[in-house]
Amino acid sequence: MSATPAESILPLAFEGLGYAVAGRSLLRDVSARLEAGGPSIILGPNGSGKSLTLRLAHGLLEPTAGRVTWAGAEHDRVSRRQAMVFERPVLLRRSVIANVEYALALRGLSRSERPARAAELLEKTGLSGMPKRAARVLSAGEQQRLALARAWAVEPEVLFLDEPTGALDPAAARLVERLIETIAQAGTKIIMTTHDMAQARRLAEDVLFLHGGNLLEHSPAERFFAGPSSPEASAFLRGELVW
Amino acid sequence: MRLRGEVGTVLARMQDIRTAFGTALRLLVTLDPELVEIITLSLGVSLGALLLAAGVGLPLGAAVALWPYRGRRFAATLLNALMGLPPVVVGLVVYVFLSRSGPLGGLGWLFTPRAMIAVQFVLITPIVAALTRQVVEDLWEEYSELLRSLGAGRIRAIPTILIDGRHRLLTVLLAGFGRAIAEVGAVIIVGGNIAHVTRVMTTAIALETRKGDLALALALGIVLLGISLLVNAGAALAAEFAREREA
Repeated sequence: MSATPAESILPLAFEGLGYAVAGRSLLRDVSARLEAGGPSIILGPNGSGKSLTLRLAHGLLEPTAGRVTWAGAEHDRVSRRQAMVFERPVLLRRSVIANVEYALALRGLSRSERPARAAELLEKTGLSGMPKRAARVLSAGEQQRLALARAWAVEPEVLFLDEPTGALDPAAARLVERLIETIAQAGTKIIMTTHDMAQARRLAEDVLFLHGGNLLEHSPAERFFAGPSSPEASAFLRGELVW
Repeated sequence: MRLRGEVGTVLARMQDIRTAFGTALRLLVTLDPELVEIITLSLGVSLGALLLAAGVGLPLGAAVALWPYRGRRFAATLLNALMGLPPVVVGLVVYVFLSRSGPLGGLGWLFTPRAMIAVQFVLITPIVAALTRQVVEDLWEEYSELLRSLGAGRIRAIPTILIDGRHRLLTVLLAGFGRAIAEVGAVIIVGGNIAHVTRVMTTAIALETRKGDLALALALGIVLLGISLLVNAGAALAAEFAREREA
C-alpha cells in the first residue's frame, strides 16, 4: 500500500529548529534525526511545542531559526509524500467517499480511478458502510478514521498525527489506534504527539520529549520508559509535570 | 353634518379599496395577461442580473477573501461599503453612462430591459461579493491547514471552498435576488416604466398607485410579497440544511 520507493524522503532531520512569534520563543534549537521504521512519538506537557514541531516538520509553518531537511535536502513546500491528521479532523462538507476522492484528485488520480480506490480505503478504515453519508455528521471516532483514510489516500511515506485520539472516548480511540498500527505496518512512518501514556508505550519505537520549547530527550522507547535521563521527563512520566 | 360627510367619504374609500382588492384577486386568479407580462419581465430582469452578479461576485468575493497580499482588509471594507449604494444614485450614474451622449450611449440600452439588468447588476454585485467574502474567509480559516497539507494552494482552494460553501452561498444569492426584485428607484430611472417594454412589478406599483388604479398595484404587490416570502423561506431552509449537514 504505502510507498516503498527507490528514493526515500527519510530520514527527517531538524537542525537547530526554532520558532518565535512576536519575540516570544516557542521552540528553541531542536535538533533530531527521525529514521524510517516504527512510530516516533513526541511527548511533553501542554505548551511544550509538540504540535508546533509537527507543523514545522510538515511545512505548514516556516521555522524562524534552523531548518528541516528530508533525506538531506530542504523542501520549500509540503511534499506530496507526507500527510497530516489533526486532533480535530477537518472534514470537507461533502459525503464520506467524496472526502477521500478529493485527496485522490489532488494526487492526480483520474476521475475514473478514484471511486474504486476510495472505496478500498473506506473498507480498510471500517467506513465502507457509509460512503454517501455527510462526513460532518459522523461520530467523532468515525470522523477521525475518515481523516486517516483521506491522509492514507495520498500514500504518504510519512504521516504526522497531532493528538489523533485526544478528542475521542476510549472505544473510539482504540479503533483509531489500531488503524494507526495498520498504517505503520503497511510501511508508513508515523510521527505523532499524544497525551495518552499507555498509547505511547504501545506504539512508540522512539520518543522525543519536549519541555518548554526545548528537546530534552530523544531515545528509543524502551530506554525512555525504563528511565528517562532528564528529571523533567521522569516527573512527566510520574504524572507530576503538567506545564 | 360635516362629520357624517367625512364618514361617508371614508366608507366610500373603503368600498373602493375592497373593490380594488377583489379586482386584484380576479387578475391573479385569471392570470391577467398584463399582470403575467409584468411579472415575467421582473423575474427575467432580476434573474439575469443575479446570474451576472453571481458570475462576478462569487469569484470576486473569493479572491478578496483569499488575497495573500496587502490590501485585503481595504478591499473587504470597500465591498461592505458598496453594499449600501443608494439605488437612485446608481440609477442616475448608469443613466448617464447609457444616455445618448454618455460613454456607453452607442449601445442603445437606455429604456430597455438590458439597462435594467445592468443597473440591478451594479446594485447587487457588491452584495453578492461582500457576503461571499465572509463565507469564503470563514471556510478558509477552517480549511487552510488541511488544504495545504493535502497539497492544494490558494488557487485550487477557490473551487473547493465555493463547493463546500454552496448552501451558505445559496443564501447569499437569494439575498441578492431579493434586493434586485424589490428595487424601484434605479430601474425606473434607466427603464422608464414603459408599458410592455420595461414595466416591472415595482415600477408598475409605483405608477398605478399614483394613477389611482389600485387593483393592478395590489395584485402586483401581492405577487411581490409572495416572491419575497419565498426567497426568505428559501434562505432560511438553506441555512437550516447547512446547519444540520455541515455542523
